[in-house]
Amino acid sequence: MTALDAPVSGLLDVERVRADFPILARTVRGGRPLVYLDSGATSQKPRQVLDAERDFYERCNAAVHRGAHQLAEEATDAFEAARDSLARFIGGDSREIVFTKNATESLNLVAYAFSNATAKAAHGRSLPPGGDRFVLTPGDEIVVTEMEHHANLVPWQELADKTGAVLRWIGVDEEGRLDLDHPEHGLGVIGSRTRVVALTHQSNVLGTVTPVEVVASAARSVGALTVLDACQSVPHAPVDVMALGVDLLAFSGHKMLGPSGVGVLWGRYDVLEAMPPFLTGGSMIETVHMEGSTFAPPPQRFEAGVPMAAQAVGLAAAVGYLEALRSQDGLLGGMAAVEAHEHVLTAYALERLGSVPGVRVIGPTGAAERGSALSFVVEGIHAHDVGQVLDDRGVEVRVGHHCAWPLHRRFGVPATTRASFYVYNGLDDVDALVEAVERARAFFGVI
Amino acid sequence: MDLESLYQEIILDHYKHPRGRGLHDPFDAEVHHVNPTCGDELTVRVRVRDGRLEDVSYEGQGCSISQASASVMFEQLSGDTVEHALEVTDSFLELMQGRGNVEPDEDVLGDGVAFAGVAKYPARVKCALLGWMACKDAVSQAVGRGTSEVST
Repeated sequence: MTALDAPVSGLLDVERVRADFPILARTVRGGRPLVYLDSGATSQKPRQVLDAERDFYERCNAAVHRGAHQLAEEATDAFEAARDSLARFIGGDSREIVFTKNATESLNLVAYAFSNATAKAAHGRSLPPGGDRFVLTPGDEIVVTEMEHHANLVPWQELADKTGAVLRWIGVDEEGRLDLDHPEHGLGVIGSRTRVVALTHQSNVLGTVTPVEVVASAARSVGALTVLDACQSVPHAPVDVMALGVDLLAFSGHKMLGPSGVGVLWGRYDVLEAMPPFLTGGSMIETVHMEGSTFAPPPQRFEAGVPMAAQAVGLAAAVGYLEALRSQDGLLGGMAAVEAHEHVLTAYALERLGSVPGVRVIGPTGAAERGSALSFVVEGIHAHDVGQVLDDRGVEVRVGHHCAWPLHRRFGVPATTRASFYVYNGLDDVDALVEAVERARAFFGVI
Repeated sequence: MDLESLYQEIILDHYKHPRGRGLHDPFDAEVHHVNPTCGDELTVRVRVRDGRLEDVSYEGQGCSISQASASVMFEQLSGDTVEHALEVTDSFLELMQGRGNVEPDEDVLGDGVAFAGVAKYPARVKCALLGWMACKDAVSQAVGRGTSEVST
């Protein structure tokens, strides 16, 4: 039986949501309906977001923060209103929102604040007030976790290589949770030499929601900064930056119904103020002389060049769209409704996939403290081949290591198949996934 | 395009019963190639004598396309002259990059013709090429090293 036989509480009105996403009406691979289960990689965009972007270009396109003409004024107002929306969405202040290209750039911006501060200090050059906290000396420690996406791992490895700092990490247990009690790779890796702790809020592979408050508190107790990769949490659940107790937080617009080409770095204002710039050039300066320059206060200090105004406006429209969603039973709204919807889908998918012989879920097999990214292996079939059969049925998932190679190594698998859900997915999509996995087993003769 | 034309019986057979799998000694060059988007890995060793690929051996892990293709590569190139092996490799490369518009020549490619369907799936082309490109790399290292025993 499928779960479509009776209404399920907590779900969004999926048919109504789908009607807003033109791409979901298309077919793939010879006329099959599209079952899009790859929102963890990038989400689809509702017409409201596309309209907002087009409207910006059609009505008030101009280079923002430059020029005094009317279009420039209106474009700047639209861009800054988008900043206000994003700030409100995550419980921060508008001055704490930096627009970047994507979360990868946001995280690199922070890692480069450290390496740039360290390089300047080595030559006795001036830093912003409080900038010492970004200066590393050999033997200082950077802490990450074993479940990080490469975007929150490789920049820190590079930083360690450039400064002589040591990279340490918190391990992952068999269930796919952070192994905080591990004798060597537990919370104890955060110590007196730790200067920065970078971790994910929700694993893009395992779905695991991490105990951010616990880790951030340990970091704070030794004076280290906490950097949170919120790429998989901000799009899927209510996030309040103040409650989390982190110093910096990164996410991408394209994973939360927004356009590609825009991401966000949120930082506590005093932390942003102490950071030297990453990209330099126009817009981010205060004064420029041939002998040298001074820089604008945040967030402008980190927004060199003409910014992606239309995309920021589109992202604000995505925020508006998410905030306006209501659960079908009318009990929940906004991100709480999104979270509840995905929770129902995740629980249902775990139950149904878990009952397919030969399928092993990598990550928590219960829906508690877990998001909707669901990775699995099918015994006897490589993930690429699973994905190919799924694709043949119109079921579009991600296969491979999902930019988390060390995590896959931890679980002894070269690759997994990942389904990830969003607001436009329903229980019927889970059924299609399970049916396609069964088809893969039949095709490759592992039944 | 359907699954059966992508996963030809020949491919599934090579995947389930790989020919010549396992690394051999001695060898002149060894390379390790990976497909970074999916984690497929392959180690290839070659031994070149008198202008011939006297021995080709491989070991790896990955999807059916990458592993079957390595098995076919082993069959087609083992014992061949370096010159002809590189021609066959180029021919396979041309087939794979042809988006389905290149007519494969069975006399040249042997079981390699079964991969014609893969060319219509751009994401899988790298999988099919992994073993062949690794072998080409290993041969060029072996030949380039110019040991007294190697002559082409």
